[in-house]
Amino acid sequence: MVEVNLWSGLRRFTDGVVTVEVEAKNVGEVLEGLARLYPELEDIIEAGVSVAVDGKVIASGLTERVKPDSEVFLIQQLKGG
Amino acid sequence: MALDKTETGESYEGRTSYTHVGTRVDRPDGLDKVTGRAKFGADASAPGMLHGAIVRSPHAHARIVKIDTSKAEALAGVKAVVTRDDFATGLTGEEWNVLENVMAGDTALYDGHALCAIAATSALIARDAVKLVEVEYEILPHVTDVDKAMEPDAPIIRAGQQSKLVPEGMHPNVVNYYQGGHGDMAAGFAEADLIIERHFTTEAAHQGYIEPHAALATLGADGKGDLWCCTQGHFIVQKTCAALVGIDTSQLRVTASEIGGGFGGKTTVFLEPVALALSRKANRPVKMVMSRSEILRATGPTSSASMDIKIGMTKDGRITAGKGVFRLQGGAFPDAPAGMAAECSFAPYNLSAVSIEGYEVMANRPKQAAYRAPGSPMAAFAVESVVDELCKSLDLDPIETRLKNASREGTKAAYGPTWDRIGLVECLEAAQAHPHMKAPLRESEGRGVAAGFWFNHGGETSVSLALSEDGTAQISVGTPDIGGSRASMALMAAEVLGIEYENIRVTVADTATLGYNDVSHGSRVTYASGLATINAAKDAVAKLCDRAAQKWGIDPDAVVWEDGCAKPAGPNAGQFDPMPLKEITRRMGRTGGPISGHYEATPEGAGVSFGVHIVDAHVDRETGKTSVDRYTVIQDAGKAIHPTYVEGQFQGGAAQGIGWALNEEYVYGEDGRLQNTVFLDYRIPVASDLPMIDTVIVEVPNPGHPFGVRGVGETGICPPLAAIANAVSGAVGIRMTSLPMSPPKILKALKAQSDG
Repeated sequence: MVEVNLWSGLRRFTDGVVTVEVEAKNVGEVLEGLARLYPELEDIIEAGVSVAVDGKVIASGLTERVKPDSEVFLIQQLKGG
Repeated sequence: MALDKTETGESYEGRTSYTHVGTRVDRPDGLDKVTGRAKFGADASAPGMLHGAIVRSPHAHARIVKIDTSKAEALAGVKAVVTRDDFATGLTGEEWNVLENVMAGDTALYDGHALCAIAATSALIARDAVKLVEVEYEILPHVTDVDKAMEPDAPIIRAGQQSKLVPEGMHPNVVNYYQGGHGDMAAGFAEADLIIERHFTTEAAHQGYIEPHAALATLGADGKGDLWCCTQGHFIVQKTCAALVGIDTSQLRVTASEIGGGFGGKTTVFLEPVALALSRKANRPVKMVMSRSEILRATGPTSSASMDIKIGMTKDGRITAGKGVFRLQGGAFPDAPAGMAAECSFAPYNLSAVSIEGYEVMANRPKQAAYRAPGSPMAAFAVESVVDELCKSLDLDPIETRLKNASREGTKAAYGPTWDRIGLVECLEAAQAHPHMKAPLRESEGRGVAAGFWFNHGGETSVSLALSEDGTAQISVGTPDIGGSRASMALMAAEVLGIEYENIRVTVADTATLGYNDVSHGSRVTYASGLATINAAKDAVAKLCDRAAQKWGIDPDAVVWEDGCAKPAGPNAGQFDPMPLKEITRRMGRTGGPISGHYEATPEGAGVSFGVHIVDAHVDRETGKTSVDRYTVIQDAGKAIHPTYVEGQFQGGAAQGIGWALNEEYVYGEDGRLQNTVFLDYRIPVASDLPMIDTVIVEVPNPGHPFGVRGVGETGICPPLAAIANAVSGAVGIRMTSLPMSPPKILKALKAQSDG
């Protein structure tokens, strides 16, 4: 299981929790796991989010590896100028 | 240095010396640029070409009752007229928003919003025809200010756009909301010896690229099209335009012209789909070029912002808690970078208690577009101003205090994660050691210091490298060269191949030549296209080694590549003379065929970047005019591939920041019309406004790039607003909380000060 940290504004859709455990081996599975656990997150994830894994910001890649002890944060979708 | 591989297998190689990387070679486009041979957006033409012009709304908000184009169509020389009816239907999400911005549906949402377009045999006839179009409007109430747009009685700009993330009870113009942070805020503020809370505002600033948007489009009845345009990303232009005019993506070939500045503003489309629609209707090529007035009225500036910051600090300079609320206006469309502003705001600080909120707000203004590190500069202005005020109030050194609280590897970012290897401390130490910090100030001069942060980006990338018989190489990239990338790519390839920089030509290939490439944005090109170039070169090197192995009759694994030659890996591999690249390529057609290297991936190891700026500003207390006397930029580049270009990026960020901080602003009248639509009134800095901008390149290698590269294009604009505001505030003895700090605003502040 991987512990995923959500931004606090998502608490409304996760029964008040901001740390969620999902079964995942990569970023795509993290996002799928979150949507499965909390269906209200699905369209928010679909609209675009990025994921920080062990301090590295994964802008969009779903295949980036996630380990059971990885530090995972959901963050705002990265956009640049 | 720990090697930290990404999924795409990239990691810092730990090299300490290079042959080509880090040298200041001549730029490959230099001759073209100085002789005028370089072809920009407006330089293209085609036989039988028509000229397009756009009818724009003079109203900030109005229902379009009727558009009568009959008189325009009757004008001799007019060949086609298009309205929203000539574009695709059924689009959703951002594609719908882009279409709505490119050509209004049933409502004009801002002054300058496109309503209809005309193609004629000359630009003059097209412009005359624009005046003959009769539009009947039903004027609607409007709002252009971000705070007013959130008030309960504000006119609703577009109902139904609100994300469910927005707290209940907010006005429908608030379309998205972000909330983050960690720690016990009450306990944090309780620990503080001093708490300062202030409100800040910034006005919208345009990217100010000198080259106007321009396009030459051909689209036939067979659904096949060609487009030449000035853009930061021709692949996104291809994808978006194809969707907007309803053709298959692969049937549209897009070629990027040379680009005269973009800074994020050319990451979307404006004229391009209109020119395609006109061409399809007229069955002739159509060229369109925007005027400066059209650029300012109808292309995206950055957001204006309204922000509240509260920070607590102990007497010895420890920040105990930080809270920031950021309201960013994105025009009449969603997507203002409020979440990014919030996430970047406290990034330089290691805080045990932090709370950040961002509100995306719609107003009757053009659709905001990215502008170098979208959201970060205004957030840094607000936070760094309060940190500066705390330091002054507690008699603390601004750099020492920042060092005491600095984010570093292993500390927790305000937006959540634990930092990887970052270079903020190194930047602050370089600032501390810089002679600028010890130089005396003259009367009415202030010194400002500020830090800034940007994420940087990777993105989809595809590069091909082909070797020629004579031992030279050509590289095809899909990212327009907006900051010297052709030179940087050639330097990185030269390093891997072991051939001279001058023997490599880099071309920005069209959309029919390469796989998809993300836009040149997010400071991603030297990182991502560079990484792809290195790997494409390595792919070619592997094939070169294969050919040598074949010749020598040994295993390919027993061949290494050094100094531009294939060599036996060791004594056991056999005794063979080194085989130079040129010797292998000379015979490649007869030893297995052409040798090329390729790389396609979405690299995700873009390292974040910090910068620290030092500014001396003098304020004339009689006129309110600020002059920036001395400016130093210190920034972590990871590894500077071509230091001169890196320094240029640093200086460009500072120059644009000076304009944003001191003079640039969108001035809207009571009627919601933009009042300053030319450069005479929209005051970007000119050469005489700028000092020589000193630069210090800090190199803390990015673990996610073979040579340690971090993007440098955006971070340079994060600290200037704050650093300049801190300098001006010091010079006048008044905390300046509203940008731009134009002479009238400074005079008003001085008068309030003297009135007590």
